[in-house]
Amino acid sequence: MFAQQLVNGLVVGSTYALFALGFTLMFGVLGVINLTYGFYLSVGAFLALFATQHGVSIWLALPLAALASGCVAVLIDGLLLTPLRRAKAPELASLMVTLGATLLLYSLANAALSTDIRRFPPGVIDANALEIAGIRITMTQCLIIAAAGIIVSVLLWVMNGARIGLGLRALAERPDAAALMGVNAGALVRLVSLASGTLAGASGVLIGLNYNAIQPYMGEVMMLKGFAVIILGGLGDIRGALVAGLVVGMLETLTAGYVASSWKDAVGFVLLVLTLWIRPSGLFGRLAVKRA
Amino acid sequence: MPEFLDDFLFTYQTLIYALGVNGLLALSMYVVLALGQLSLGQAAFMGLGAYVSALLTVKLGLPFPLVLLAAMLAPALAALCVGAPTLRLSGVYLALATIGLGEVQRIFFINSELTGGALGLSGIPTKGGLISIYGSLALALIAFAFVARSKIGRAMEAMREDELAAGALGVDLPAYKLGALVVSAMLAGLAGALNAHVSSFISPNDYGFDAAVTILSFALLGGIGSPFGPVLGAFILTLLPEVLRPLADYKTVVNGSIIVLAVIFMPRGLLAWRMGRAGAATGRPK
Repeated sequence: MFAQQLVNGLVVGSTYALFALGFTLMFGVLGVINLTYGFYLSVGAFLALFATQHGVSIWLALPLAALASGCVAVLIDGLLLTPLRRAKAPELASLMVTLGATLLLYSLANAALSTDIRRFPPGVIDANALEIAGIRITMTQCLIIAAAGIIVSVLLWVMNGARIGLGLRALAERPDAAALMGVNAGALVRLVSLASGTLAGASGVLIGLNYNAIQPYMGEVMMLKGFAVIILGGLGDIRGALVAGLVVGMLETLTAGYVASSWKDAVGFVLLVLTLWIRPSGLFGRLAVKRA
Repeated sequence: MPEFLDDFLFTYQTLIYALGVNGLLALSMYVVLALGQLSLGQAAFMGLGAYVSALLTVKLGLPFPLVLLAAMLAPALAALCVGAPTLRLSGVYLALATIGLGEVQRIFFINSELTGGALGLSGIPTKGGLISIYGSLALALIAFAFVARSKIGRAMEAMREDELAAGALGVDLPAYKLGALVVSAMLAGLAGALNAHVSSFISPNDYGFDAAVTILSFALLGGIGSPFGPVLGAFILTLLPEVLRPLADYKTVVNGSIIVLAVIFMPRGLLAWRMGRAGAATGRPK
């Protein structure tokens, strides 16, 4: 029973980690809290839903929907945040702009799609389950863990191993100096938007598959959890977001299993408040102190 | 009271109360924004005030002024708990922590027996009215107008324009920020309590994320150059769906667009003028 809960927690946790990764990447490199981020999750889930309804296999629908969400992210970033970046507006200005945009986007999505809960067509994914030592793992859960694992490894390799990652880290450290050193800042900003939007979209498809429930506001629900995860992991900390996502997913599942499922949504926020009190820099973080 | 005025008040009672309450909420947002901080917990503070006051009135039958006092102190305490650790960090942390506060509180209200769960509390006796709502609004406005012209107001403006420079010039940043957040929470709590005692019914989802964003849009529409701006913004945004009925369904679209446009195109809001101060040059800021 406990082992089964752990596996379920791992599945939920890896979707959280995937989602939080894009969010923290956006903050870490671009320096903004982009609240429209959760919307890309809804975009990804809906695109995959529509694709599978038209007979596209989930194996193709997942990457396509994820990439398309990434493109939406690039578009929205270009419309809303590039002007502010150019004007060197304070960080709270970009937070507020994306806040307004979030409200706008969700209302429009809501008007266009209605809040009805939709489900993937039956048979989208093999309904069989593996049984290992009494623990049931569905094919969906396998897909989630595998997809999350692949995406995370690629991202870690790009950030730490590839030349482009060096540019990204330089951009995160000191945008103006990076630009002077020949880093194409504009292109990298778009690349980061694309990557994080893709992460959100992918997690949207996987979360949609896991609960088999898709509705426009699913991104907003996740967004609130995303805050808790990235604060626990340390703002902008990729490794932290990964671990914190798994921890929050695990604890939520265990709370639902052993306490009460109605309290599971509070787990993330309790952790958030505790982190801010005890260790505001997050699990592994050093606190960035603003100096003149 | 003349009869036509009586009729008018009766017909538009709900709207008139909502205008005053939203004015107070806008002011509570103003206090924080005026220092260049962003709190997304105004709806949570309001909800805390509403629930505390409703419970004290319904379960204990305390006198109304005492209830209002408690409805201000409870959110103030919550603000201290959230603000003390986060206000020393960059502004983003306060915004995220206050969102967290709102969610924890909403989940608590939904799950707790005491607060009536998802159905909320109903049958709260009507205690407030025009005098308590608009009296509070007027008092708060007058107080803020005086503060804006004082040394404190100058410090607040300096912080908004350049926090580092203000700190270097001796403004006690953490104290000002915490003070502003506590005052703002008290105002929001008061607004929540007054609202609960004129509308007789409150539920957890009235104080969620959307409500927090709406309160922010009041302040951004009006601009934060003076305390009058946000109140005007609140009045406009409260009246708009009433005047233009078809707009009522698109309230969130309108609020969202206002925030986006306000930040990108008119960062100083509709009322771009700021308070003149004794001894200050009258030139407009650049």
